[in-house]
Amino acid sequence: MSRTLKRADAPVRAGRSAPDGRSRRRARARRAGQRPNVLGGLGGFLWLAIIILPIYYIVITSVRPQEGFFSSNQLLPPGDPTLDQYALVLQSDFFLYLANSVLITVVSVVVTVFVSVMAAFVIVRSQTRFVRASFSLFLLGLAIPLQATIIPLFYMLSKAGLYDTLAALILPSIGFAIPLTVLILTNFIRDIPKELFESMTVDGASNWKTLVSLVIPLSRPAIVTVGIYNALNVWNGFLFPLVLTQSPEKRVLPLSLWTFQGEFNVNVPAVLAAVVLSTLPIFVLYVLGRRQLVSGMTAGFSK
Amino acid sequence: MTITERVGVAGDRHTGRGPGSVRGGGTRQGAVPRRKAGPSGWMVAPALTFFLTFAIIPLVVALYLSFTKWDAISDPEWVGLANWPTVLSDPATLHSLWLSLKVIVISWLVQTPISLLLGVFTAGKQRYRGVLAAIFFLPLILSSAAIAIAFKAILDPNFGLAASVGLPFLKQDWLGNQDLILYVVIFIIAWQFVPFHTLIYQGGVRQIPASLYEAAEIDGAGRVAQFIHITLPQLRYTIITSSTLMVVGSLTYFDVVFVLTGGVPGSGINILPIDMYVKGFSAYQMGEASVLAMLLVIIGLLLALGLTRLGGFNKMNSQQEGL
Repeated sequence: MSRTLKRADAPVRAGRSAPDGRSRRRARARRAGQRPNVLGGLGGFLWLAIIILPIYYIVITSVRPQEGFFSSNQLLPPGDPTLDQYALVLQSDFFLYLANSVLITVVSVVVTVFVSVMAAFVIVRSQTRFVRASFSLFLLGLAIPLQATIIPLFYMLSKAGLYDTLAALILPSIGFAIPLTVLILTNFIRDIPKELFESMTVDGASNWKTLVSLVIPLSRPAIVTVGIYNALNVWNGFLFPLVLTQSPEKRVLPLSLWTFQGEFNVNVPAVLAAVVLSTLPIFVLYVLGRRQLVSGMTAGFSK
Repeated sequence: MTITERVGVAGDRHTGRGPGSVRGGGTRQGAVPRRKAGPSGWMVAPALTFFLTFAIIPLVVALYLSFTKWDAISDPEWVGLANWPTVLSDPATLHSLWLSLKVIVISWLVQTPISLLLGVFTAGKQRYRGVLAAIFFLPLILSSAAIAIAFKAILDPNFGLAASVGLPFLKQDWLGNQDLILYVVIFIIAWQFVPFHTLIYQGGVRQIPASLYEAAEIDGAGRVAQFIHITLPQLRYTIITSSTLMVVGSLTYFDVVFVLTGGVPGSGINILPIDMYVKGFSAYQMGEASVLAMLLVIIGLLLALGLTRLGGFNKMNSQQEGL
C-alpha cells in the first residue's frame, strides 16, 4: 500500500510546479490525503468512551468492598480495593461451572470441526447428486434461527432422556455450528490445487489418508478460524443451557452469572466479579492471539 | 485475513458463489476423466446426521407441536389448527411483532452508520487506530449474560452510575420505564454488536483497491467525496451481508433482554422470542409457543432470503469485476 501511494504522489508533486488551476486542485487533494482526520479521530475516541466506560465500571466495581458500596462514588476506583468478592465467587462452585463450560466447548468444537472437514472434503471432491443436495441443505441451514428450535429440542431431548445433561447442550450446539463450518471449510478446501489430490490418488492413498495427510494440514488456518468462532458461540451460549438444563451440577458459566445474580442479590461487586472471572479465559486468549481471535470472530462474513 | 478473502485472492472464479459453484467446478473438472477418484458420499453423513437431527427435524417437530396442546409434562394432545388463529389474533402477539419490527428497524438505523464509519476508521493505517480497534472489539469476548448483568448494575436508578455522575436527568428507572426500555435495549444491542459489524466493514474496506483512491486523489476528490463515490459503492455487498446478519440477529435477539428483564410479561420489551419463551416455559402453553416459533422461522427466512436476493453472499467476489 505505501509503495503504491508513493507512486501516486509523484505526478501530484510534479503538477505543483505548474501554476494552473488543475494543479492547485491536485495539491489540495494531496493535502486532503495527509491532513489528519480530526472528525474521524474525535468519533473514534467518542466510541472508545462508550465502549470503555461499562468495562471500566465492571472492573473497578468488582474490587469495591461491599461495605459502604451504596454510598460510594461509582465512578472512582475504590480507595481500599479488595479481592473478597472474587474469593466468594470462587467458593461458589465456580470451578464446576468452568469445567462444564470447558467440556461442552471442547467437545462441541472438536466434533463439529471433524465432521465438517469430512463433509467439506466430499463436497469439494465429489459431484454426486446426494452430496450436492446435502450442500444446498447446509446452506439453507444458515438461515435457521436457533431460538425457534428450543421448544422442539426441549421436547425431543426430554423424550430421549437427555434433559438436564451436558449432552443436551453439546448435541444441538454441534447441529447448529455445522452449516457455517462446512461452508467456510468448503470454500477453503476448494483452493487446494487439484494436482495435489491427484498425486495422492496416484500414490494409492485412500480417502481417509488424503483427508488426514493432505486436507487437514492444508486447511489449518480455516480450521482455526471456524474453531474460534464456534468456541466463542458455545462458550457464551445462554439459551440452550437455560432451557435444556436445570440442576446446578450441569450449570455452565453464562447461566451461572444469571443465577449468581439471583443468589448474591444486592452484592453487586460479587456479581461483577463473577462476570470478570467468566470472561477471563477468553480475555487471556484475546491478549495472546488477538489477530487470530478477531479474524475467527467474523468467520466467513468478513472479506 | 479471512477465508473468503483468500478465496478471492486465489482467483478461482467459481469459488464463494454458493451452491452453483459446485456444479461449476464439476463441469470444469469434467475435462479430466477422474470420476473414480472422488471420495464416497458417506463422509458427509456424520455432519448431515447431526445437522438434520438437531436443526432440521426440530423445525418439523415445532410445526407438529403447533398443532397440539402441551403443558410440557404430559403428552402433547392433537388440537389441529386451533392454536394458530388464537395466537395470530392475540393482541399480545401483534404487540410483540410490532416491538420486534421496531427493534429491527431502529437497530439497523443506529448500528449501520456507526459500524460503517468505525470500519472505515479502523481500516486506516495510523497506529493509534490499531490501538483503538483492539479496545473496540472487547465487547465481542463478553457473553450476553455478562453484558446484561453489567448494564443492569450500571443503569440501576439507586446505586448505578447515574447516581454518581450528578446529572439528575440520567437518574431514570431505565429498565422499569416502559417508554425507555426499548431504547435502552437498542443501545445495549448496539454496544454488543457494533464491534462485530465494524469488523465486517473493516474487512470490506481493506479489500477496496488502493488504486481507486489514488485515481480519486489525482482528480482532486476530497475525503468526503472519496467516501461517497468510492467507499460506499465498493462496500455495497458488505452492507448487504452485514444488514442481513443484523436484521435476522435483531429478530431473534433473546439473551440480553431476558437477563435484563427476567423474561416476565409486561416488562415493555416482549419481543417475539421473549414472548415465545414466556408462553412456553412460564405459561406452559407449548402449543401456542410453537406457533410463535414457526413465525420466527418464517419471518427469519423471508428476511434472510429477501436481503440476500439483493446481492450479499452469492456475489462476494463480483464487486471487483472489471478492475
